[in-house]
Amino acid sequence: MHASLPDANTLIVQLADVIAPALTPDTLIVGIHTGGVWVAERLHALLSCSQPLGTLDISFYRDDFSRIGLHPQVKPSNLPFDLEDRAILLVDDVLHSGRTVRAAMNELFDYGRPASIRLAVLVDRGGHELPIRPDFAGLSITVPDHRNINLSRLDDGHLTLTLA
Amino acid sequence: MNPQLSQDGRLRHLLTLDGLPRAIITQILDTAESFMDVGEREVKKVPLLRGKSIFNLFFEPSTRTRTTFEIAAKRLSADVVNLNIATSSQTKGEAILDTVDNLSAMHADMFVVRHAQSGAAHFIAQHVAPHISVVNAGDGRHAHPTQGLLDMFTIRRFKGEFHNLTVAIVGDVLHSRVARSQIHALTTLGVPEVRVIGPKTLLPTGVEQMGVRVFHDMEAGLAGCDVVIMLRLQNERMKGARLPSSQEYFKFFGLTPEKLALARPDAIVMHPGPMNRGVEIASEVADGPQSVILPQVTYGIAVRMAVMAMLAGTGNA
Repeated sequence: MHASLPDANTLIVQLADVIAPALTPDTLIVGIHTGGVWVAERLHALLSCSQPLGTLDISFYRDDFSRIGLHPQVKPSNLPFDLEDRAILLVDDVLHSGRTVRAAMNELFDYGRPASIRLAVLVDRGGHELPIRPDFAGLSITVPDHRNINLSRLDDGHLTLTLA
Repeated sequence: MNPQLSQDGRLRHLLTLDGLPRAIITQILDTAESFMDVGEREVKKVPLLRGKSIFNLFFEPSTRTRTTFEIAAKRLSADVVNLNIATSSQTKGEAILDTVDNLSAMHADMFVVRHAQSGAAHFIAQHVAPHISVVNAGDGRHAHPTQGLLDMFTIRRFKGEFHNLTVAIVGDVLHSRVARSQIHALTTLGVPEVRVIGPKTLLPTGVEQMGVRVFHDMEAGLAGCDVVIMLRLQNERMKGARLPSSQEYFKFFGLTPEKLALARPDAIVMHPGPMNRGVEIASEVADGPQSVILPQVTYGIAVRMAVMAMLAGTGNA
């Protein structure tokens, strides 16, 4: 059923073009581990953001913890700034149910009270289970629930989207 | 079969570091690293164990261990109940398993157990329902696994790796559950040389079989060490005629700046607490630049958070 997915690297450039006019100089970019961090790193460079890049591992905030347990590889969250009253651009690779974004917002608020949070995703694949929608999306498509879109990174840094 | 692991190899109870796979120990240390930053934030809590009840069952007194377990559980958003059983029903003769059954009926999800009897935590772990986890917070002379783990976390933080280290454990190894847990963890993590230093009367017979080198002369034992772990000398040992006096002990086995100078210049000094200043360690060393004794206490919170988070995630809840 599927046509091949667009090139992830081209999508990120397009996404940056959409975000650029809406971005204030003091906006903090925060990527969600792991794929969201890859996208956030690219956006951070493309948008020439002068603020340090933040990363979040939402393992401690997942709502399915009691069913599936702790992820065996939890990475530290790293927010090298005070986010009180700041504008945040939260970045993830694929938006599906919206549960990851909810967990990420809960974690952000444990660091302080941001002025605003906007959401940028590389792919919005539909199947939302929460009232969470992206402010910026590189690609919006509808993918059946039993299929997965994955972002992977090669050793040379090249990003690839695959439908499994 | 390892009673500490579930069928799919995840941590089910934490009872001893003896036989705990290296991958699990490393996972605990890595997870603890992620929890370190929670203690620095505006809100020092994560919602992971919301709605879970953790009972601290202390049949033997403790301040530091019980407090750090309590803080760790609270930072995971669990509800914590502290029971100092020495002063409650046990004195009325209630059997240990009746106590556990009663608390299970109050919907406990985890027991943190300290007991003067070796094997007490194992005994409770065999008895509890499948969704309940047990953490050994010290049983007799047998094991104190979370202390051993926080010591490994401390060594890794200051030394980076384990495969190139010489580590000395000094003092009353015979009565020390901490030393046993440390030795198991150090050998599992691949420390090439673990030494124990102490008078013959305070080292267990056959301790060499745990894979350690034995020294009765402290100067020789400290030479070239990267890590020096001092053990608490319990005063009651003096009464049992194992030692002449605390002054005499300090002279031969107390860590002074002069003796520490024989270890590597960047050696770190550790102690599980509480310290007897002027008995096993001089104040100049305990408060000196090579001491990491207070960081050990801070790290203990993150390590206990990691253990409890991994255990709670393995339950069938």
